[in-house]
Amino acid sequence: MPQSRGGSRSTVDAAEVAQFSRLAAEWWDPNGSMAALHKFNPVRLAYIRDQACARFGRDPKRLDSLSGLRMLDIGCGGGILSEPLARLGAVMVGADPSEDNVAAARQHADRAGVAVDYRCTTAEALADAGERFDIVLAMEVVEHVTNVGLFVARCAEMVKPGGLMIVATINRTLKAFALAIVGAEYVLRWLPRGTHQWDKFVTPNELEIALAKAGLAVSAQTGVIYNLIADRWQLSTDMDVNYMIVVARSDDAATSTEADH
Amino acid sequence: MKEYSRRGKDAMSASTSQDQRIDVLIGGGGMAGLSLAIALRQALGPAVAVTVADPALERSVTDARASAIVVAGRRLFETIGVWEAIAAEAQPINDMVITDSRLEDAVRPVFLTFDEDVEKGEPFAHMVENGPLVAALLARARDLGANLRVAAVSEFVTSDDRVAAQLSDGGTLAARLLVAADGARSRIRERAGIATHGWSYRQSAIVTAVAHERDHEGRAEEHFLPSGPFAILPLTGRRSSIVWTEASAEAERIVALPDDAFNAELERRFGLHLGDISAVGPRQSYPLGLTVARAFVAERVALIGDAAHVIHPIAGQGLNIGLKDVAALAETIVDAMRLGLDPGGADALARYQQWRRFDTMTMAVATDGLNRLFSNRSDVLRALRDFGLGIVDRLPRLKQVFIREAAGLAGEVPKLLRGEAL
Repeated sequence: MPQSRGGSRSTVDAAEVAQFSRLAAEWWDPNGSMAALHKFNPVRLAYIRDQACARFGRDPKRLDSLSGLRMLDIGCGGGILSEPLARLGAVMVGADPSEDNVAAARQHADRAGVAVDYRCTTAEALADAGERFDIVLAMEVVEHVTNVGLFVARCAEMVKPGGLMIVATINRTLKAFALAIVGAEYVLRWLPRGTHQWDKFVTPNELEIALAKAGLAVSAQTGVIYNLIADRWQLSTDMDVNYMIVVARSDDAATSTEADH
Repeated sequence: MKEYSRRGKDAMSASTSQDQRIDVLIGGGGMAGLSLAIALRQALGPAVAVTVADPALERSVTDARASAIVVAGRRLFETIGVWEAIAAEAQPINDMVITDSRLEDAVRPVFLTFDEDVEKGEPFAHMVENGPLVAALLARARDLGANLRVAAVSEFVTSDDRVAAQLSDGGTLAARLLVAADGARSRIRERAGIATHGWSYRQSAIVTAVAHERDHEGRAEEHFLPSGPFAILPLTGRRSSIVWTEASAEAERIVALPDDAFNAELERRFGLHLGDISAVGPRQSYPLGLTVARAFVAERVALIGDAAHVIHPIAGQGLNIGLKDVAALAETIVDAMRLGLDPGGADALARYQQWRRFDTMTMAVATDGLNRLFSNRSDVLRALRDFGLGIVDRLPRLKQVFIREAAGLAGEVPKLLRGEAL
């Protein structure tokens, strides 16, 4: 169980951690309870890679396109995002408050021969320790924390000048309730029931405001929709349900920090 | 299969953990396997470790067959840098004549002519002899640094993250993906536990080359004779490739005939419109059947080319659907690896299978139907199919659809078939 350290407030929700710990063994089973996330993985990986390559002047066609970029995956789960990014050369830190998840992630990376620094810790603890990253990823995690504003601020602290933060989450709309909860958890059974709670969903506007307060400006955003006919996820302008937001810290960090205070 | 894997796993896992690890092991160095190796090395460079294993790699090719390469296939060969080497030996098919007639008919009615180009300046297809084509592919694969290994994949076991293969030269390899490109009687497919469905046509194709007095002017002919289609396909230098369908017993008899008698049989069917003819080069006969694998993928295994499907050669689509497999699988692997994902993982394999299987079934059913319709002596059926072909010929739009489908341009087209680099 996560501990809040050094007096900083924790944004980790204990009930959420318990829920995901139960699923730890199934992270890498493409036919198990994480099947939906595996299906979702290529579209978000491609988006992260392309945004990173554009920002840092890399060639996305190379197999080492992310070489040397220090990246943090907050709420890494079993590592299904961290491990591919590490394969592309990223110096990867995967953080998750669940011991079971971290153990599952470590075991898989060892077997695959991929180096990922998995830590059972929280965004707050990493921020307190003064960790800094070229890219901070909060993918499918803000809808699981207790205090979005605080969580986002602590993540944002860790973004180096010139760096990026990418957030993926679910919008708080009726459509999201119908598709992401009723559809995905009850009708299609893509996700275990109780994976998401509608009132914890976050609107793009709320997220933008929280990120702006933390000194990060939106540089790109996209919706992600499920194409029923092609049976795959794809980028879209429709941000009503799943969406991703990219925010950047300007190169001149001092100015932006000053401006925020 | 599951049982086989489990039994084998204990025996092999201890010895394979230190094996050389590669990304893609391609079992079979024919046209499909070599094309895939080239496409992967060209797109990903030395960062992707690709091995082609085939015991026949170093043997000279004694294949009498020639292949019709449609526009999409030619674009693939251009894109992977092979076409240049064979262009001089590729005979464009400028015109295609299909007739339906009994053998004794003096004049065969011309029902359907595919005399228009698919795109401006592009011939409908090219005829290329298999020998020079395989040689060009081998040279290109070698240039790009694909590892070529003269050995068969004799055994393999799959586990969560790899497939451990035993080679016939005693070596072992651990790959993330094993590709079965080992032909119609694929041993890899069999070992992966993938069954096939299909049937034999009880027909064989006699294949040979013919030299003739007059120039064919790039015209391909397909005559629907009662025993089956008889195709005359233009080769370079006043030669044509013959694909001549007969009942299997009859085919064996004909292939075994002395030269004079063989030439006489040939002339009865070929006609004299190109002047005197004589068979040149070897004659071979191949039993015809329809085989489609029940699945195109298994755990860490993907099937391509003849290992996935053998269809009736009536429409000349065998190699071309194999090249569609190559293009789709190459794109699937390259896309996955550029995302740091596992090229042999369940998601990548599902994408490949979804991409290819429907299209293959459609083609297999269509060519099977064509053969059944045409290999028949019923005058009623003959009248009906003549009527049908006549309608197609009179409707330019419908004919265009037929041509485009035959040229492999329909559906969701993989990049390599559109002439785009990966």
